[in-house]
Amino acid sequence: MSLVGMSIIVEGSPAQERTARNRWARLTRPALGFVLPVTLAVTWEFVVRMGWASGRLAPPPSVIFATFVDLARTGDLQRNTLVTLGRVAAGFGLGAGVATIVGAAAGYSPLVRRLLDPSLQALRAIPSIAWVPLFILWLGIFEASKVTLIAVGVFFPVYLGLMGAIQSVDRKLVEVGRAFRLSDVAMVRRILLPAVLPAYVISLRSGLGLGWMFVVAAELMGASEGLGYLLIDGQQLGKPAEIVTAIVAFAIVGKATDWLIALVATPFLRWEDVVRQD
Amino acid sequence: MLVLERVGKTYPNGVHALGGVSLEVELGEIVAVIGGSGCGKSTLLRTISGLDPSSEGSVVLDGERIIAPHEKIGIIFQEPRLLPWLKVADNVGFGLGDRPKSERAHRVAAALKRVGLADKAGVWPRELSGGQAQRVAIARALVPRPEVLLLDEPFSALDAFTRADLQDHLLDLWTDLRPTLILVTHDVDEAIVLADRIMVMCPRPGRVFEDIGVDLPRPRDRQSAAFDFAKRRVLAALDRSLQRVPSGAEDEPKAEAGAALWW
Ligand SMILES: Nc1ncnc2c1ncn2[C@@H]1O[C@H](COP(=O)(O)OP(=O)(O)OP(=O)(O)O)[C@@H](O)[C@H]1O
Ligand SMILES: [Mg+2]
Repeated sequence: MSLVGMSIIVEGSPAQERTARNRWARLTRPALGFVLPVTLAVTWEFVVRMGWASGRLAPPPSVIFATFVDLARTGDLQRNTLVTLGRVAAGFGLGAGVATIVGAAAGYSPLVRRLLDPSLQALRAIPSIAWVPLFILWLGIFEASKVTLIAVGVFFPVYLGLMGAIQSVDRKLVEVGRAFRLSDVAMVRRILLPAVLPAYVISLRSGLGLGWMFVVAAELMGASEGLGYLLIDGQQLGKPAEIVTAIVAFAIVGKATDWLIALVATPFLRWEDVVRQD
Repeated sequence: MLVLERVGKTYPNGVHALGGVSLEVELGEIVAVIGGSGCGKSTLLRTISGLDPSSEGSVVLDGERIIAPHEKIGIIFQEPRLLPWLKVADNVGFGLGDRPKSERAHRVAAALKRVGLADKAGVWPRELSGGQAQRVAIARALVPRPEVLLLDEPFSALDAFTRADLQDHLLDLWTDLRPTLILVTHDVDEAIVLADRIMVMCPRPGRVFEDIGVDLPRPRDRQSAAFDFAKRRVLAALDRSLQRVPSGAEDEPKAEAGAALWW
């Protein structure tokens, strides 16, 4: 009896200690990543406040924050963010949509793959920004050329990701489907789709990342609204705080859209979670 | 009844993997297929399953020619091949896609209980041990109530203890449901514990070398003298089947159809 009781106590306490330490670690570990940026920001603020530097070209955090609030109060920030977001959404929808169809066809059918893939690989070798003059010639300087450029950027990672994923579906699992006499449609729905989904979501996320990169390029090359316009405006009027504000807005919205994809995909990918322990 | 008539298989790359295998298997019989590596055992099984149709001869089950996977034939592979995105219960019910939900749930629960994994219905396949995963695969193959169950080295990836355990499980299932079992194995003990008949195959092209009946009462005692005797007989046959291969003779002329030696 007492032996049992003792062993429980003896085993219990280090375990409790460990959970406590784990909880502490869970709280502090993300905080660790903030140490460097926060230190830098505080230091810079201090340096400018003390008058050791003017902070005219590199505004201190307080000025950036004030600009951010200003732009938000006038509604400029929201309006420009929405415009940019709309362009990314349109370009992403177009690029990812076409890439999904073409990638699925090329992954599924060797004939389509042999027909299309060499040309697409050749096009991929072109740095996409190089298309800009041509797109402007063809589509004008307004929305169409911007959206097309973003779509081109999104297309390749999604196309390659999906095609590769379909080709690398475990043939042994496909054979299970065959042994249970699945129809072609059922095979796609019950085996191929779930097998491909993790890689597809990853490719969508990297496509979206490129979409954000290309929207900056498109807007830098001429726009009258959008976050990229804020960048140019800040540069031309010598307002670095406006530039940094736009950059921060890019980062926030970009991260938020990426998180949105991850969030939508989570319930379908729960099976994939690795039980992670570090 | 399952009837194989001079079943031959040549792969597209020219490998002559099966050269005229003829065989009759009664409903409920347990047949073990044994033989050296590369002698066409897996090919034979896949041909019977309809996954890889034969290039010569025919496989006929109850008068129906098998040229594609058939609902009366189930197959269990060397690996469990569970679908990682389905919970264990959904994996077991995979072959019942067209049945009403309540019937499916009922049959899945019964099958899981039969393989002793009723408590694992709601877990993901990656949370199972190798032996548990293979039991789930067995349940999945049994749920559509196949008449013939094909097993290709189903336990070879497991440790000896788990393997003996699963052999017992398989025998229990067979006692309940009485499907025909055709089992490829490298393990002579396994073949003798399970089978009514042991087919020893020899290679290039694969064919039946010897068909040995195992006439021991069940459950079979691995320690008994009769078991030992049967084992020595099978091992001797295996030895002979391997010696018959002239070294380097890849393209030895095809053996006559049904060259099985009975004893
Ligand atoms: N898909 C395939 N394409 C071409 N040749 C094949 C294919 N599968 C098997 N073979 C060849 O057919 C022969 C028989 O192979 P099989 O897999 O049936 O042997 P096995 O008896 O199951 O061997 P093991 O005991 O090693 O599993 C071998 O020579 C093999 O190389
Ligand atoms: Mg094999």
